[in-house]
Amino acid sequence: MSQTILSLLLEATLETIYMVVMASVIAAALGLPLGVLLYVTRKGNILEKNWLHRSLGSLVNMTRSIPFIILMVAIIPFTRLIVGTSIGTNAAIVPLALAAIPFIARIVDSALIEIHKGLIESALAMGATPWQIILKVLLPEAFPSIINGLTLTVVTLVGYSAMAGAVGGGGLGDMAIRYGYERFNLSVMIITIVIMLLLVQGIQFIGDALVKKFSLFRK
Amino acid sequence: MIILRNISKAYHAQAKSIEALRDINLHVAPGEIFGIIGKSGAGKSTLIRCVNLLEKPTQGQVIVHGEELTALPLADLRKARRKIGMIFQYFNLLSTRTVYDNIAFPLELAGLKKSARAAIIDPLLELTGLSDKKNAFPAQLSGGQKQRVAIARALAPQPHVLLCDEATSALDPETTHSILQLLKNIRDRMNVTILLITHEMSVIKACCDRVGILEQGHLIEDNEVGEFFAYPKTEIAKNFIFSSLPQTLPPAISQYLLPTATSDTHPVLRLRFLPDTATQPIISQLINQFGLGINILQGNVEYVKKHAMGVMLVAVSGEKNALHSGMQHLKNIGVDAEVIGHVPNDIIPFT
Ligand SMILES: Nc1ncnc2c1ncn2[C@@H]1O[C@H](COP(=O)(O)OP(=O)(O)OP(=O)(O)O)[C@@H](O)[C@H]1O
Ligand SMILES: [Mg+2]
Repeated sequence: MSQTILSLLLEATLETIYMVVMASVIAAALGLPLGVLLYVTRKGNILEKNWLHRSLGSLVNMTRSIPFIILMVAIIPFTRLIVGTSIGTNAAIVPLALAAIPFIARIVDSALIEIHKGLIESALAMGATPWQIILKVLLPEAFPSIINGLTLTVVTLVGYSAMAGAVGGGGLGDMAIRYGYERFNLSVMIITIVIMLLLVQGIQFIGDALVKKFSLFRK
Repeated sequence: MIILRNISKAYHAQAKSIEALRDINLHVAPGEIFGIIGKSGAGKSTLIRCVNLLEKPTQGQVIVHGEELTALPLADLRKARRKIGMIFQYFNLLSTRTVYDNIAFPLELAGLKKSARAAIIDPLLELTGLSDKKNAFPAQLSGGQKQRVAIARALAPQPHVLLCDEATSALDPETTHSILQLLKNIRDRMNVTILLITHEMSVIKACCDRVGILEQGHLIEDNEVGEFFAYPKTEIAKNFIFSSLPQTLPPAISQYLLPTATSDTHPVLRLRFLPDTATQPIISQLINQFGLGINILQGNVEYVKKHAMGVMLVAVSGEKNALHSGMQHLKNIGVDAEVIGHVPNDIIPFT
């Protein structure tokens, strides 16, 4: 295999990592608060607001039900507005993050639902404010499940990033299509697959380690 | 210390409205341990949750330590809640915090500096016997130890009042006993007023000064504990009192118990006596005055604050008429007597 192909592979790997990391960070930064909001506004909860909960809920469901490949194309004008272009790794980050936000919001919401209601109750009885409950009770108690869910999201994003790559986003997906598929270069195809596999394994490993570290004290 | 005035609470579930509490008036004096007992669904949890307004009463006033909580804006209510400790059936400890950090939690909420916390927490660890568990996590503790942590946590902000919602219902009898001792100890040493709810009479007996019975949202008894056991005002109260005493026959006898009398059976009586009758020599009266034979199958006498009360199961032999007048006599002096079945002669011989 030629030197150029190898350096192209390295570059593509870095691009994929870059896309996934950026998209994950953005999606977590927006999805986490959204998930918390979804939870606390639910009926019977600390900041019950029925209309807000319902509208956020439907927004999240709607976004989640759009297939990624269609979402990517549909939001091209939006992507252009933010990044200035609709091709390249930076442009791919926008749909990737957007697809992951509702996913993370649901994950956070369902992680919080698992928390025993009595914990909120006892915090309320101690005079805690909603903020204190969110920061000191809800998030720490749900932390392992949230990390678990985030790991799942990042792994999914690796797959999505390959799709984004295929339509001009760069990264391993792009490489696999252009060299592996269009130029019948089987070894490039295999190598990109192996790298993606290792990426996913690595992410899962880190996620599992974190979950394990923070679940030590649980029943 | 705690005053509930005309408290009512209705829940609206679907189209129905459930009256969980109806016009409750309650006064818990400073330093008192007040126990409320009631069956499942009677409204006990609703009542205790109304005290710190975790549940908003539909009507009425809640006054704790001279402050009318029902009139406070939310921010002030939160402040007032810091001085009302609460413990729960399932402990509600934060699983990611150590024992020490769990106890520190309410202090943290109140904004107390980290350096000032140890001076409060260490004596509480001592009091609750948890000094060696300081750095353990809740998952590493037994149920009793968890409840001790919850108690220490509730006491950390130096509350005037401690509310206990079925605090011992998830614990075995021995652990229950030690937790109730701890509550008494706390009242004596820190002069905390305690309101507890339970469905077990033994809890009331073990540690309360005063007792109330809640029945379908009504407070149907409210009395000093000794008085309550000596002179229960309602049938429900009586049943609660006796429910805490064992009153079943051993299987060796009960398997032969017949519902109706035949020519070779003896009736089995259940005698239930409250403190004002427990001192009468009822057995010898039955034997001497009515000429009955008495065979004691099961007996249980308990003492609450010097008052004796008990349940006794006896097999009786004698004339039908004598038995009848004997039972009438018991009824007259205030002993509950009831025929619960008949045993064959060869099981309980009277010779
Ligand atoms: N959030 C609620 N919504 C509707 N009804 C409720 C609610 N909470 C309690 N109830 C009803 O109010 C009544 C009193 O309930 P509560 O929980 O106070 O009883 P309890 O005496 O504590 O019973 P238990 O011993 O089973 O805990 C019950 O009929 C119950 O079904
Ligand atoms: Mg209850």
